[in-house]
Amino acid sequence: MNISLLIIAIFLVLALYLGIKARKGKDMDMEQFAVGGRGFGTFFIFLLIAGEIYTTFTFLGGSGWAYSKGAAAYYVPAYIFLAYVLSYWLVPKIWRYSKRHSIISQPEYFASKYKSKSMGMIVAVLGSLALVPYIVIQLKGLGIIVSEASYGAISPVAASVIGAVVVTTYVMISGIHGSAWTAILKDFMILVVVIFLGIYIPFHYFGGIQSMFETVQAAKPEMLVLADQGLSQSWFVSTVLLNALGFYLLPQTFMVVLSSNGERTLRKNAIALPLYTLLLLFVFFIGFTAIMEIPGLQGADGDLSLLRLAIQTFDPWVIGVIGAAGLLTALVPASVMLMAASVGLTNSFFKVLVPAATETHQLIVSRIIIIGISIIALIVTVTGGEALAILNIMSYSLITQLAPSLFCSLPKTNIINKYGAMAGILAGVLIVLYATIGDVKVATFLPDIPHVINDISTGVIALLINILVTFIVSALTKHISIQQTEMNDLDKIS
Amino acid sequence: MDAIKLLLFVPFIGFLGLLPYANKIEPYILGMPFLLFWVAFWMVMASIILIIVYKFDPDNKGSDSE
Repeated sequence: MNISLLIIAIFLVLALYLGIKARKGKDMDMEQFAVGGRGFGTFFIFLLIAGEIYTTFTFLGGSGWAYSKGAAAYYVPAYIFLAYVLSYWLVPKIWRYSKRHSIISQPEYFASKYKSKSMGMIVAVLGSLALVPYIVIQLKGLGIIVSEASYGAISPVAASVIGAVVVTTYVMISGIHGSAWTAILKDFMILVVVIFLGIYIPFHYFGGIQSMFETVQAAKPEMLVLADQGLSQSWFVSTVLLNALGFYLLPQTFMVVLSSNGERTLRKNAIALPLYTLLLLFVFFIGFTAIMEIPGLQGADGDLSLLRLAIQTFDPWVIGVIGAAGLLTALVPASVMLMAASVGLTNSFFKVLVPAATETHQLIVSRIIIIGISIIALIVTVTGGEALAILNIMSYSLITQLAPSLFCSLPKTNIINKYGAMAGILAGVLIVLYATIGDVKVATFLPDIPHVINDISTGVIALLINILVTFIVSALTKHISIQQTEMNDLDKIS
Repeated sequence: MDAIKLLLFVPFIGFLGLLPYANKIEPYILGMPFLLFWVAFWMVMASIILIIVYKFDPDNKGSDSE
């Protein structure tokens, strides 16, 4: 065993220990398990929401995109900080309604707002569908990090399996408390590592950040601005808007919001978080340095640029610390995602199918679902081969299809009904799946269309059609009154 | 919606709306090519705007609701 592998192993055990210990003194019911009894203050909420900034995706994918695509990578911090701005207005409304109605998951929120169990089921399925690629990103990233940082002593597959076992174990035991406690360790580690690497590496190779960028400019000026077509300005703006809208619709972020102890906690977080995204700049500095220093990584291998550059630069023990930080950036977000998917499915399927289920039954079922999702994600991780950023964009394209129903549900009187909402969501999701799997763009149908339009994110086009369908179907079904029986049933279960 | 919350639109319009003018390498500011500086600038602006909104937002007066 080499020194770096030893350091990674120590942090893995530490994370498992903290994750399990987090349960201590908690009487575990569904509300504790899923949203920490709605008791998290500013500090924990900050760390949990910031968990989304430093996932393996931003760590490896952010530097990987800077390496292979240049300035297009700026879309990552851009959508995150705009999502925080939006959250100031959006998120307290969601929290307030959920608190009043004892809601602990996103599907439950939609079921309650639209007084429809079917709506809850659709949202639960869509949420899980969007979460699986996201969990895959984490496990895949974890595999890459541990394998590279151990100098190949552990294969990526073995690392992904070990990581999945650890995260599944502590989530099943401690629920979201486990995620909160491991998040402390994670954010401390990643801050130190990212700032250190982001400053040290450009200075080490080029004597400064500006001189590093000037070297890139001299060799490949096109890397420092957005392209004229493809990953162009219209792609950038549409993707940033889409992801900013989708950020708080991701089931795991939604759930973190519900675990807050008050509205003001959420607003205070909105202020501090954009500044925290500044730290992603350091990740880009590393990616741009790698363009000059380790040329030749093709396609999905761009995700390796940060680690390859670090290995070329540092002693094994430093690589161990970087590997450990990377490991934690996979475990913490993956744990919240597993929770969110499992609680959503338990609430909107199991509780509907078995209305008599006790809290104990629900907790058992949630844990079984956690194992199930872990296994599915592991299978996709081992068999699939996409670059991290593509998976990320697909998740967002899917989940953002919930945006029209969410935003329409906020005012006192909702201008759309459940039929419109469900039809719109289905239309949007089908278009995203069709376009992603078939690699279809607008130009497939209209070859002469200008690039400005063709480059618009598929998710945005699906969203526009979704909105259209939502309003048309809502208007057509206005006369159908909501069936009284279903409303009564829903009251019984909630 | 309180008027003060309309300020929340500013980062969206400023950052994305003026992007065509910011999509260039020079001048370098704080060691960064202009486009990257533009991203960083709006992150800081977003926080400043949120502080202003928070300060004047009537929702934050009195005790935390519920």
